Amino acid sequence: MKFDTPATTNPIDQLKIIGHATSRIDGPLKTTGKATYAYEWHDVGSRPAYGYIVGSAIAKGRIASIDLSRAKAAPGVMAIVTAENAGKLGKGNYNTAKLLGGPEIDHYHQAVAVVVAETFEQARAAAQLVQVSYSAAKGSFDLAAGRDGAAKPPGRGDNQPDTNVGDFPGAFAAAPVQLDATYTTPDQAHAMMEPHASMAAWDGDKLTLWTSNQMIAWTTGDVAKTLGLPKENVRLISPFIGGGFGGKLFLRSDAVLAALGARAANRPVKVAMQRPLMFNNTTHRPATIQRIRIGANRDGKITAIGHESWSGNLPEGRPETAVQQTRLLYAGENRMTALRLAMLDLPEGNAMRAPGEAPGMMALEIAMDEMAERLNLDPVEFRARNDTQVDPEHPGRPFSRRQLVACMKTGAERFGWSARNAEPGKRREGRWLVGMGMAAAFRNNLLMKSGARVRLDRSGTVTVETDMTDIGTGSYTIIAQTAAEMMGLPLEKVVVRLGDSSFPVSAGSGGQFGANNSTSGVYAACVKLREAVAQKLGFNSADVAFSDGQVSSGNRSVPLGQAASDSELIAEDSIEYGDLAKTHQQSTFGAHFVELGVDVATAEIRVRRMLAVCAAGRVLNPKTARSQVIGAMTMGVGAALMEELAVDKRTGFFVNHDLAGYEVPVHADIPHQDTIFLDETDPMSSPMKAKGIGELGLCGVAAALANAIYNATGIRVRDYPITLDKLLHRMPDA
Amino acid sequence: MRKPSAFEMSRRNLLIGTATSVAIGATSAQAQNSVPQPLAAATAADAPAMATVSFNVNGEVRALKLDTRTTLLDALREHLHLTGTKKGCDHGQCGACAVIVGGQRINSCLTLAVMHEGDSVTTIEGLGTPEHMHPMQAAFVKHDGFQCGYCTPGQICSAVAVLDEIKAGIPSHVTDDLNVAPELTNAELRERMSGNICRCGAYSNIAEAITEIAGRPA
Amino acid sequence: MRSFTYEKAHSPAAAASAAVRTSNAKFIAGGTNLLDLMKLEIETPSHLIDVNGLGFDKIEPTPEGGLRIGALVRNTALAADERVRRDYGLLSRALLAGASGQLRNKATTAGNLLQRTRCPYFYDTNQPCNKRSPGSGCAAIGGITRQHAVIGASDACIATHPSDMAIAMRALDATVQTARPDGTTRNIPIADLHRLPGNTPHLETTLGAGELITSVTLPKPLGGTHVYRKVRDRASYAFALVSVGAIVQRDGTGRVAVGGIAHKPWRVEAAEAEMPRGAKAVAARLLDGAKPTRDNSFKLALVERTLAAVLTEAKG
Repeated sequence: MKFDTPATTNPIDQLKIIGHATSRIDGPLKTTGKATYAYEWHDVGSRPAYGYIVGSAIAKGRIASIDLSRAKAAPGVMAIVTAENAGKLGKGNYNTAKLLGGPEIDHYHQAVAVVVAETFEQARAAAQLVQVSYSAAKGSFDLAAGRDGAAKPPGRGDNQPDTNVGDFPGAFAAAPVQLDATYTTPDQAHAMMEPHASMAAWDGDKLTLWTSNQMIAWTTGDVAKTLGLPKENVRLISPFIGGGFGGKLFLRSDAVLAALGARAANRPVKVAMQRPLMFNNTTHRPATIQRIRIGANRDGKITAIGHESWSGNLPEGRPETAVQQTRLLYAGENRMTALRLAMLDLPEGNAMRAPGEAPGMMALEIAMDEMAERLNLDPVEFRARNDTQVDPEHPGRPFSRRQLVACMKTGAERFGWSARNAEPGKRREGRWLVGMGMAAAFRNNLLMKSGARVRLDRSGTVTVETDMTDIGTGSYTIIAQTAAEMMGLPLEKVVVRLGDSSFPVSAGSGGQFGANNSTSGVYAACVKLREAVAQKLGFNSADVAFSDGQVSSGNRSVPLGQAASDSELIAEDSIEYGDLAKTHQQSTFGAHFVELGVDVATAEIRVRRMLAVCAAGRVLNPKTARSQVIGAMTMGVGAALMEELAVDKRTGFFVNHDLAGYEVPVHADIPHQDTIFLDETDPMSSPMKAKGIGELGLCGVAAALANAIYNATGIRVRDYPITLDKLLHRMPDA
Repeated sequence: MRKPSAFEMSRRNLLIGTATSVAIGATSAQAQNSVPQPLAAATAADAPAMATVSFNVNGEVRALKLDTRTTLLDALREHLHLTGTKKGCDHGQCGACAVIVGGQRINSCLTLAVMHEGDSVTTIEGLGTPEHMHPMQAAFVKHDGFQCGYCTPGQICSAVAVLDEIKAGIPSHVTDDLNVAPELTNAELRERMSGNICRCGAYSNIAEAITEIAGRPA
Repeated sequence: MRSFTYEKAHSPAAAASAAVRTSNAKFIAGGTNLLDLMKLEIETPSHLIDVNGLGFDKIEPTPEGGLRIGALVRNTALAADERVRRDYGLLSRALLAGASGQLRNKATTAGNLLQRTRCPYFYDTNQPCNKRSPGSGCAAIGGITRQHAVIGASDACIATHPSDMAIAMRALDATVQTARPDGTTRNIPIADLHRLPGNTPHLETTLGAGELITSVTLPKPLGGTHVYRKVRDRASYAFALVSVGAIVQRDGTGRVAVGGIAHKPWRVEAAEAEMPRGAKAVAARLLDGAKPTRDNSFKLALVERTLAAVLTEAKG
């Protein structure tokens, strides 16, 4: 199905099932421990051996030699795979660094070997006996030091590193009110709860991988490319994924090493990456240095806005596109953005939840707060005065729907924003300095082709099959809701099967594009199935109704299952998009409000209240959508207050590489969280009229906290995370 | 997908044989003739030390012969195939492996299976099934107290035990007065649940799920 | 984790003799720190002696009016004990500030005292570390040192002791009872249990080979107001950046011990004489000779400010 004109009324608009706060259909499995994750397939194939990964001890250089003799002689060891004996390996389209290092080493903890043994305990012990001698080379590990030498990265299609509109330097210089400030965001880790894990089994030259992956088709292709197999010889199975956040978008070393280990041991092998290896072995959100300049008239109208961002990556790596939102979020006739990329020998930087906007909004929305103060304007009002209903770089392109101002005003009202004292450091409650902060939320909506297959059986049950994944987002449930709505069935009559490369290729889970696109693919397949049903039952498909398990037209009504009485009816289709995303800018909007306390003695920061208001198209399931938003808000608290991969700039690695060292929020850090979804449909986005929400909830949260900390203390911190040591020397006497 | 070979037993079978965790009492079933042999035959000096242990899991007595290095977590997941208990970090830093032993929640990754002779272990599978969920499991579903689901079994085991801890009068870091029985407040729940990390960030909903169960008359 | 043999000891004598009989043996009780380190092969015992069956799991009054705490008493049980809550609130508070509920259910009194540093370079076996591998050097010095010691450190090691409980024990002047393989027992004042790193950071306590902690004794209650304040980025389940434990009497005198700043619980009795004069005076004496790094110099101000808050809180 081609979607190239705005959606009109369709069966989804009935909202009998879509739009309802339905509990997850996979909930009973997940809460009883019966959902099967990658490392847990005990009932398929023969009993696997265990692989354990050895990571490089240096960040850059070469392996001089590897001595495997002791490891090979260790009890239970069946095989050891290194680059030396792995055979020729390709590199996946989506990988920057090789997944099995050697002899060249590209980054710390890059896998250099996998040891396969009868048991986990034996594999782990033998891995310690692999003796690797390295010849270390000098590397670059310091983004700040690399800033001046950073280069302009190549552009990709519409996505160019630099944009310029009007005369930014002139307008900024002439602006009566100016801000020129530099912000930094640190390297951050996905730190999903389920480690990267895979089980591999070979049948001749056919490979099955039970794995934990967000993007089945991408990764199937990259497995094939890496191992030199035809793509059709690779099967991926990934029905449950213990969190990804972008960290499982790509093929990672667990899968490659499980496959290589299984081939070498002639036995299925499973590999789970040990937690202390994850932070340096896999990808992370790269650190940024961001310079923001804003010039405005005294009435608060922005005349010039400029945003430059520096980030680092390995050779062939890409920049963190932290200026993305600044191209679209606020008005202003004179504008510039620029991305610069430094070569660093740290682990691979790549997508983490809302790449680009998440760190970009961390900086931009502090800058907007600073600017509002200089203008003596309320931060909501300042943003509202600079709203734009068109793409400010291309004024001929309107936004499809843009309710930023409504989000902010609704949030201000609900949150009691008017009680905020604009003068910082004035509200004291016992040992706490209390502050309120807000930020806009913004994240683009992406359209991706997505397919599905639907099967109708004689019992009237519809089974949906798509390689779409559910990484906690609620895909199972909203896909079931979509099929139920389309086919006029109760939810219980829909079965959803996901995460299998033998199913039609979907959009996958990433970039908050999963929900809208995958359900649209299911919509397309259901449209076809409806036609097939109507034809089978001899209805005129134009006026047939699907409702309550019945198919009816005029006076005639028959059970849906009757269409499959002699054989299963199968329909398959994809949603494909035309130019609506070119003619209209599709983005999602919101506003974050935070109240927090800063301990007057210790400068410890504790969040008291949080509210997010979102306008992101139709909300397919308010329960799971809300969870996406509160989860993102929680991650935003982490980004604001604690998360930082600490770089040892001498030897080039993330030092705090476990969950004790890399702190993410715990229960006690998070108060009750409120969310509001503005009533919205976006007919430009898809037949579902939905947009993404899972990343919107993160974009801006950290800045709202930073602004609240400023409001509480009068201390402006521009370097994340905002930890107490950055406040302490400027805190008032207790 | 290959068919399970003859020597494999189903998840429900009490005795599960593997090369190094030989179920006591199983005799012929664990023959591994289809499996390639290890590169080096273990010598007496470096062979894994084996020990037997028997404990009660979810109401059933399970007897295992294990490499002494096997954690309770790996005994449950890899030997008893009770994979509901999750391995998130294997170092006591996340809480995904929480189970209830002798009525108390512990991290099963930081305890050896052989140290649990005679103990009574309750895992998430022992609390309820998809068809007959424990009230806490049902409350998690109702309040959407999870997303990816990986920390969830640990959260639920922990939550069940937390309510007992409060009932038993055990204080917490946020208990105002150490000499008064702790109350079941939101702050108490959040502090006590803090050893269970949820990266998806379902905390707010988890608190509501637990509160609902806590509010029920016992 | 290296392979090890395992036995359950049924008497202190049997435990001690097993420790002597077997080279490279370790006692295991809660296991929450030991197994963590064994998985990384930072600890590599070839024999484990499970001491959980020794019966050291009681909290009993002493003739002197104090409490004898069995070495195997779990952190949860100790924190929840009514006498501890009433008379040694500092100890309850310190325990409850540490780790998580499920870890406290396993972790023991003795194990808590003996837990090893959380220095990330100690935990990364690719990195030189004099504590893990004597003579290899210290990667922390000149590296990421936000959490490291500001006082009492050496050119060989700047690690801190991670225990909260030990801070309270130090302020309470606990004594540690041990059994040695030769059958003798001894009392070690808590002040003498932990060592500063010097040139031998791998030697963390004054315990001898095979010496087993059997109990920890608290002197009779001191009265006063007990406050334990742990400062950290995240609200729970995190190690201290700085912690301050204090017992403050009505007249303003009292005791102070500080965590997160040194290789051992940090207490300077001479500094306590300054308590009536306030936190600034106490902190100046307490931190005399401090040598912070650029990353952790904030701890000096943080100790003083936290102490000030603690003293204010104690006044009520």
